[in-house]
Amino acid sequence: MEPAIMVRGLDHHFGAGEARRQVLFGLDLDIARGALVVLMGASGSGKTTLLTLLGGLRSVQAGSVRVLGREMAGASATALAGARRRMGFIFQAHNLHESLTAVQNVRLALDVHGAVPQAEAAAARALSLVGLEDRLHYHPARLSGGQKQRVAVARALAGSPEIIFADEPTAALDAENGLAVVALLKRLGAARGTTTLMVTHDNRVLDLADRIVTMRDGRLMPA
Amino acid sequence: MALATRLLGRLPIGWLQLAHRRGRFLAAILGVGFANLLVFMQLGFMGALTSTVGLPYAALDADILIQAPDANTLTDGSPLPRQRMLDALAVPGVAAAAPVFMGKLEWRSADGSARSLDVMGVDPRLPSLRALEGRRDVLTLPGAAFIDRATRNVPPEVFAGLDAGTPQRFEFQGRGLTLHGSFTIGGSFSGDGWLVMSDQSFVTLFRNRSLPAPNLILVRAAPGQDVPALAARINAALPGPDAVARPIATALARDQAFQTTQRPVGIIFGMGVLMGALVGIIIVYQVLSSDVADHLREYATMKAMGYRQGFFLGIIMEQAVVLASLGFIPGSLMAYGLYALLTAVTGIDVLMPPERLLGVFAGTVVMCVASGALATRRLARADPAELF
Ligand SMILES: Nc1ncnc2c1ncn2[C@@H]1O[C@H](COP(=O)(O)OP(=O)(O)OP(=O)(O)O)[C@@H](O)[C@H]1O
Ligand SMILES: [Mg+2]
Repeated sequence: MEPAIMVRGLDHHFGAGEARRQVLFGLDLDIARGALVVLMGASGSGKTTLLTLLGGLRSVQAGSVRVLGREMAGASATALAGARRRMGFIFQAHNLHESLTAVQNVRLALDVHGAVPQAEAAAARALSLVGLEDRLHYHPARLSGGQKQRVAVARALAGSPEIIFADEPTAALDAENGLAVVALLKRLGAARGTTTLMVTHDNRVLDLADRIVTMRDGRLMPA
Repeated sequence: MALATRLLGRLPIGWLQLAHRRGRFLAAILGVGFANLLVFMQLGFMGALTSTVGLPYAALDADILIQAPDANTLTDGSPLPRQRMLDALAVPGVAAAAPVFMGKLEWRSADGSARSLDVMGVDPRLPSLRALEGRRDVLTLPGAAFIDRATRNVPPEVFAGLDAGTPQRFEFQGRGLTLHGSFTIGGSFSGDGWLVMSDQSFVTLFRNRSLPAPNLILVRAAPGQDVPALAARINAALPGPDAVARPIATALARDQAFQTTQRPVGIIFGMGVLMGALVGIIIVYQVLSSDVADHLREYATMKAMGYRQGFFLGIIMEQAVVLASLGFIPGSLMAYGLYALLTAVTGIDVLMPPERLLGVFAGTVVMCVASGALATRRLARADPAELF
């Protein structure tokens, strides 16, 4: 079976003309299905840029990126949006919708697949997996930072994605909560066979990783 | 909520976003309502103008009017030769004809108050106003007149006296006139009421007018006549360009079109409708586009989840329809109240026909959706690549 992610000769530039600067240099990377992979590297080494390219949030300029058997290079905006429906994203900030309750926020990730029967119940189940069954109808303003990030985890998992991309999901949390969120991702991902690619600077979560990939100055370090 | 979710096939996100900012939401609803009210008021004035124009036409006992070619309304045409009445009577199918004189008069009381009256001079031997049938011989008395019961600002004892059968004597521009009774036409935008007298009394009052030159000739068709065809035959029989015959409905429609599109008052009302629509569009655009700006992060997050452009357009359109519907309710209620107030104060019926209610609602939805369409241009700034 093809790996979940297959990258060949990936370059990326930012800016135009004089200001044009290369930030990714000929990356080659395979990530097996079901793995929890941690991406590390100094600030500015290109981790976020790689993540946005893999997640179809940015257009591929040069090289090949195959995610879940689908080529992302040259795909239209609509095709990228379609590909993203099979992925889940956890951002550094929780990015919850302040006008929606916790359960409504999670529902958003289900509704994107069209009318799901019992969407509300499914969203509530996802929230109980992260231990928030008693906060279903709270708006984000009434949740703590850790609770909000757990809602974001529930939202990323609710649509049963095949891949989860997480960029420093623990940065806004204290050590204890951060570890709890990553452990949660690991446990739920393992149960479902979800591939997880997570950027983090947090050394304590490294024990949970199946594999660690390191970047330096836009290049992947040999393992 | 559950119903909206089922109807939309998704969460009513637009509604939830609006409702989350209560103060702004309320202001937006009132703003749309105010724009509605502006439009309703102008349409109310326009409608009242149109219907008051029709009141004297309805009072005339005529199928066809003959007027000078420069006439735009019932009262503003040049005098025309009385001979045209005889020309018309010679046309087969014409049953009767009568001359009518039109003038304007300031009625000042001793206390300084004044009303502006439209004066009609009629031949008391011929039927011309339906309301006077059976008593028009009273007008043969010199200086005898009937007054419009709906005339504004008339001391109540005048009508009380008339009802008791006591003629009321007044000075009009230095001439004595005696009111012998009343009838009803109704006040308009240009005058406070009507006065009817004989053609003899009329030319005595208006020194520069003469019996051989009336303003209007009323023509009645014989039973079974096709009125437009008869009007065409009369026009063919009239010798010169000094007179034009029209079915009374046509004359009325011309008058209404003239008053609403050529006269300043009509143009002002039309501008008012435009202004109201513009105010509404600006308010709704402001609200919707700042709502988009406030939620760029949320929209970017939803884009990352895989939602496409159409979904976001749907949210903004949902908001547009919510604002239109919720704004329309206070707007139309306030309009009902002000219509009733205007009717009571001016004596002009300002009514709300159902098609106006529907039309303004449809216009409000179109206005809100147009503003929403403008606001969607800001969506492009929601870039999911900037979220990490
Ligand atoms: N939108 C952009 N426009 C121009 N340059 C950018 C943009 N985004 C990132 N860069 C540059 O590309 C390089 C890689 O940035 P990237 O955000 O991928 O690094 P990172 O490894 O995620 O760093 P950090 O750990 O600080 O998040 C940096 O030099 C950064 O300045
Ligand atoms: Mg980064």
